[in-house]
Amino acid sequence: MITLYDYELSGNCYKLRLLMSFLGIDHKTVPIDFYPGREHKSEWFLKLNPLGQLPVINDDGLILRDAQAILVYLASKYDPSGTWYPRDSPAQLGEISQWLTFADGITATSSAARLHDALFYDFDVDAARAGAHRLFRILDEHLWFGEQQGRNWICSSSHPTIADIACFPYLILSEEGGIPRQDYPAIRRWCDRVKRIKGFTVMSGVFPAGPAKAAA
Amino acid sequence: MATRCNDRELLNDWHIVADRAALAGDTPFPTRLLGVDLAIDCRDLRKLEVVRTDTGATLKRAERYGFVWTCLDTPWRDIIYIPEANEADRHLVSGGSIAVKVSGLRAVENFLDMGHFPFIHAGWLGEEPHTEVAPYKVEITDKGEVLATECKFYQPVASPTAKHGFVVDYIYKVIRPYTVALYKSNPIQKERLDVITLFVQPVDEENCIAHPYLCYLKEGMEAATVRSFMQLIFGQDKPILENQVPKRLPLDPRAETPIRADAVSVYYRRWLRDRAVTYGAIPAQS
Repeated sequence: MITLYDYELSGNCYKLRLLMSFLGIDHKTVPIDFYPGREHKSEWFLKLNPLGQLPVINDDGLILRDAQAILVYLASKYDPSGTWYPRDSPAQLGEISQWLTFADGITATSSAARLHDALFYDFDVDAARAGAHRLFRILDEHLWFGEQQGRNWICSSSHPTIADIACFPYLILSEEGGIPRQDYPAIRRWCDRVKRIKGFTVMSGVFPAGPAKAAA
Repeated sequence: MATRCNDRELLNDWHIVADRAALAGDTPFPTRLLGVDLAIDCRDLRKLEVVRTDTGATLKRAERYGFVWTCLDTPWRDIIYIPEANEADRHLVSGGSIAVKVSGLRAVENFLDMGHFPFIHAGWLGEEPHTEVAPYKVEITDKGEVLATECKFYQPVASPTAKHGFVVDYIYKVIRPYTVALYKSNPIQKERLDVITLFVQPVDEENCIAHPYLCYLKEGMEAATVRSFMQLIFGQDKPILENQVPKRLPLDPRAETPIRADAVSVYYRRWLRDRAVTYGAIPAQS
């Protein structure tokens, strides 16, 4: 069985909880006292991940770190439909990789602002917010043009991919870092679509979609 | 930018300004209390200092319950006493200090509210259709605290170790304007109570830091699990609190319309008015 080394308030851990919920993957969770205990920097945890970061999984002895890498692994291994990570489509794999890296950029900016505001991390919050707005603008335009072409998701596939999962958490949590999403209507509509994927689950700070139909 | 506080009730009281364990030795830790910028200097680990950044004055300080406390003026009374903190069979830990962009009075009031459980803490502290808040008692104690008793609520996962839903008994107590405690029956030793005291640091009128102090019976429970559960729940409250408008707590009885379930809030707001607490509030029009 998969063991997820987890922290509830981590958007990166949430990415894996989301995918495992979408795919119905049974797993066990080991809560890590990330804050204030800094257990991810403890001696035992550094043996698991020398970078001292969450999440980490252990799947039958295979230990993997990095949310994006784990998304690739889990979708490749456990998605029989092959839609979350379409291994037979070179173009889509390229697109997905491009947006997985983009998601890391969202973490470096939007998540950093949130850690600064809520948990007192000593980051340059103005730079983090400005960086997040730059990325949000790019994604909003990308999604808007996609909508004009009848595309609902980040990559050119009729089904959501792990790129959608990787970008979602620190977008939806951005206001906790003082980054409003008023100016990004296409992002807001896309967030609503993600919330309506069958198997969607929340984390603290994320609320389910309302009962109304998805915005057109 | 931040307005200064003129409430004697707050200026002459102790407030938490840091989790002691979070302070590293090398650089002073910056924080703010009641609109006043402070630096906590812990370079000398035996002699921690709390200094006002504006005047350079060193303030009175204390360490209790794992937190650093200070008072901007002369304290009129001691730091609150938590009898459960002397019981050896309890975990005595911080739940993790978290900054929230709202008045601390709003954070206290949210902590007192059961009505939001089935919606904001769905699947944990409540669930539809069990939305009714049964009538409960509220009184002002002879120590001048707001006390709500006979609070009952159906909770699917009331504690980190709860295996099934049950009706949980609560007692709430507002001890100081920015300090509130919750007593909840322990799932194993049913005659004893787990205690969460929420110390709220009024950073300024529209920002606060919640410092939850957990006194949970150890039996069947790891400290890290208690902490993780506290953050799960508080993380659900945080965006709701940060979206409250206005960010300060209105004390005018006509400003926001209470229902019967809000009886403890009504008492709390009146109690704040009676004590002339205005910092973090929108005072009632006289």
